[in-house]
Amino acid sequence: MVDLLQQPLDIVGGLRLAANKAQSLRSPLRAAPIPERLIVPLGQHIGDPAEASVEVGQQVLTGQVIGRSLNYIGAPVHAPASGTVCDIGDYPVAHPSGLKATCVVIQSDGQDRRAETGLRMPAALAADPADIRQRVRDAGIVGLGGAGFPSAVKLNPGREVELLVINAAECEPYISCDEALMCARPEEVIAGIRIMQHALQARQVVIGLEDNMPAAFDCLKRGLEAVGETAIRIMPVPTVYPAGGEKQLIYALTGEEVPSQGLPADLGIVCHNVGTAAAVARALGQGEPLISRIVTVTGAGVREPCNLEVRIGTPIAELVAACGGYSDQVTRLLMGGPMMGISLTSDRLPVIKTTNCILAASDAEAPAPAAARPCIRCGKCAEVCPAYLLPQQLFWYAHARDFDKVQDYNLFDCIECGCCAQVCPSHIPLVQYYRFAKTEIWDLERQRARADVARQRHEFRLERLEREKQALEARRAAAKKGLETREKSGDADAKKAEIAAALARVQARKSGQAATPGTGAPDDSANTSKANR
Amino acid sequence: MDFPTQSSPYLPASNDVGQLMLRVSLALVPGALCLFWFFGWGVVFNLVLSALSAVLAEAAILALRGRPIRPALGDGSALLTGLLLALALPPLAPWWIPVLGAAFAIVVAKQLFGGLGYNPFNPAMVGFVVLIISFPLQMTLWPPPTGLHEGHALDLGETFRLIFSGATPDSHTLDSLTMATPLDSAKTQLGLDYTWSEIRAKPLYGGFAGYGWEWINLAYLAGGLWLWRKRVIQWQIPVALLGALGATALLFHIGDSDTFGSPLFHLFSGATMLGAFFIATDPVSAATTPRGRLYYGAGIGVLTYVIRTWGGYPDAIAFSVLLMNMAAPTIDYYTQPRVFGHRDK
Repeated sequence: MVDLLQQPLDIVGGLRLAANKAQSLRSPLRAAPIPERLIVPLGQHIGDPAEASVEVGQQVLTGQVIGRSLNYIGAPVHAPASGTVCDIGDYPVAHPSGLKATCVVIQSDGQDRRAETGLRMPAALAADPADIRQRVRDAGIVGLGGAGFPSAVKLNPGREVELLVINAAECEPYISCDEALMCARPEEVIAGIRIMQHALQARQVVIGLEDNMPAAFDCLKRGLEAVGETAIRIMPVPTVYPAGGEKQLIYALTGEEVPSQGLPADLGIVCHNVGTAAAVARALGQGEPLISRIVTVTGAGVREPCNLEVRIGTPIAELVAACGGYSDQVTRLLMGGPMMGISLTSDRLPVIKTTNCILAASDAEAPAPAAARPCIRCGKCAEVCPAYLLPQQLFWYAHARDFDKVQDYNLFDCIECGCCAQVCPSHIPLVQYYRFAKTEIWDLERQRARADVARQRHEFRLERLEREKQALEARRAAAKKGLETREKSGDADAKKAEIAAALARVQARKSGQAATPGTGAPDDSANTSKANR
Repeated sequence: MDFPTQSSPYLPASNDVGQLMLRVSLALVPGALCLFWFFGWGVVFNLVLSALSAVLAEAAILALRGRPIRPALGDGSALLTGLLLALALPPLAPWWIPVLGAAFAIVVAKQLFGGLGYNPFNPAMVGFVVLIISFPLQMTLWPPPTGLHEGHALDLGETFRLIFSGATPDSHTLDSLTMATPLDSAKTQLGLDYTWSEIRAKPLYGGFAGYGWEWINLAYLAGGLWLWRKRVIQWQIPVALLGALGATALLFHIGDSDTFGSPLFHLFSGATMLGAFFIATDPVSAATTPRGRLYYGAGIGVLTYVIRTWGGYPDAIAFSVLLMNMAAPTIDYYTQPRVFGHRDK
């Protein structure tokens, strides 16, 4: 049984950072122009990428499916604008290592002709939850808060839901897209939340936002009153980074800790981002799949910081241009916030479903990292860790590549919020060490799994060879016995019998071979298992 | 447009090792001034000689190790080691005492273990212990505190000549120029069956913890509290250390107030406050978990009492710190905090 607290708690650890949200909230939310060319990656979320369902040269309409997803953990991709598919191929996308991914490139015809999507569901609040989930899935909706987990999956937790938490605590500095959304379209947010509540059959609903967003609070409150909704509670939580982390927000609102390696669903809680709720309302209310999102374009490196409604696939350079272009101060380009965002190599990369912020930072906002010094174990990192970890010990063992010890110290409870690295007086890029250790451990596990499979195959093969050997011996013994009895049976028909026996032997050998293929070439299977290793 | 990349987070750094070390050094100023007021110019010579030797030794060994010198000196850790050692040394010790101690601290206790961040033992205390074991006589050369002089108070020139050439001013011997510290004399006299009340009546005992020493300790306490407020140090180690030392002293003092010194005497005499706020809190060699720091501090407090009372040396902060340094890794392993999401139902 989960209940909301009367007074929200402070999260454990964390940092009080300068919000820097005012600059992008000064001008109202507006739509960015549709660019000439949109680059739409087929994999924009956790799970397998979608498969392209269009061909180069094909005409597409806005909202038409261009990538189909066959896996449960997956989401289809839709054409963000009408036009012609001019390429399907590998393009650089936002990735820490600058990797490329398969993208569908659409040449916009500038007319934004809409496809009939069939997503509209006028009576969603009376519909079967399974139907709602299917439409959310067909709309390609993923979590817009950051990780991009397919939302339909999170609307199907497989158990009773006590509490639906709507995460509107945009805790990273600079990012204000959720705040802009709540202020500009509270009715859409509320409609989406009501649909989600119905789909989940959740007993309670709460919108968790930070206590430094009074405008959003008021807009939502008025919105709730306007529709006479009394069951949805709005709770401001103390503004401490990372209060918007899923586990942190749930703790602040309920005092409950999501179990390590577990999900909020284990507590009967489901958490959805506020932008996701609005996307659900758009899909089911207006039949519009997830083809656009709100992006904060901000930082001292851009002339007119603001929030834009952006079509997925729009190159970042176009967004910056829509905000008056770069200022002279720009030195760094980040996707996401300054604590957990990705540093981008270029502004030719496209906006994807999880792009909440483009931060064109000046040198003062995001300076080049200072040279790392040795760790002095001062423990400042442990004071700010929201997971109660000991980052200094994790660093020590990750640095020493002692991957057993680093797991003893609960590496996998690290949420990579970056608080530890932010306060480190030795300027050690701690998060980088933890990511390194995690990927090394995952790699070791994969290797171990592969080795296990190879060993199993090898053991099965030995077993099979042994079985075949025994079968052969049994046949030989039988043949020998037959020979002996024939010799005893006298000379009269000796010649005839011998010929018959020889024929029988040939036949036996033939049928024996047919029954046991592979005995003749045992090396083949050895090679196969080696190749698979 | 293309941009350089790096790893998150990206905000400007909010702390710096050099700044931390500088703050610790600044926090030593009130205590050092008090020490100078009561014990004269020898304190200044110790500070200069020890700090200089520490920094030069650090530079020399870094050059030998082929490591960049400037950033390592810039962090101020060698300077701080030199200062801490100097504040623990007797003011009339010959010049080679601070030089040798500081060099040993830096070269052997710090750099041979890998330099800053890798030394298992507190370098300043290693330097001090090497000196007090090897040169017990020179390590007792404390002058009488200002105000308790029966004869002659050394001026700057006389102190210089004494420290660098061993020459005492006319008609004075080294013995007549020095005096046992309160901790030392209390130990000797308790051994001679004087009662605690007889000892505390003497002028050397001062107001509550030794003439001069109580003020010096109060000054270190003030500096230490400033460090805590500035969040350079955390409260656990000093509180546990002082609490354990005070509690142990109280227990024995209540049991037998004739043979065991008062808790106040133990808390405000000798190197107690310097040790609690500046030495035991050296993060590199201390325990690093919040709970571990409590055990670590308490261990130092109890050991200090034990060695002061039954051991062979008047003060015991250095030995206790080194002994608990040995225990720090084990303490850390067994005092890990309960991680978020690992709550027992």
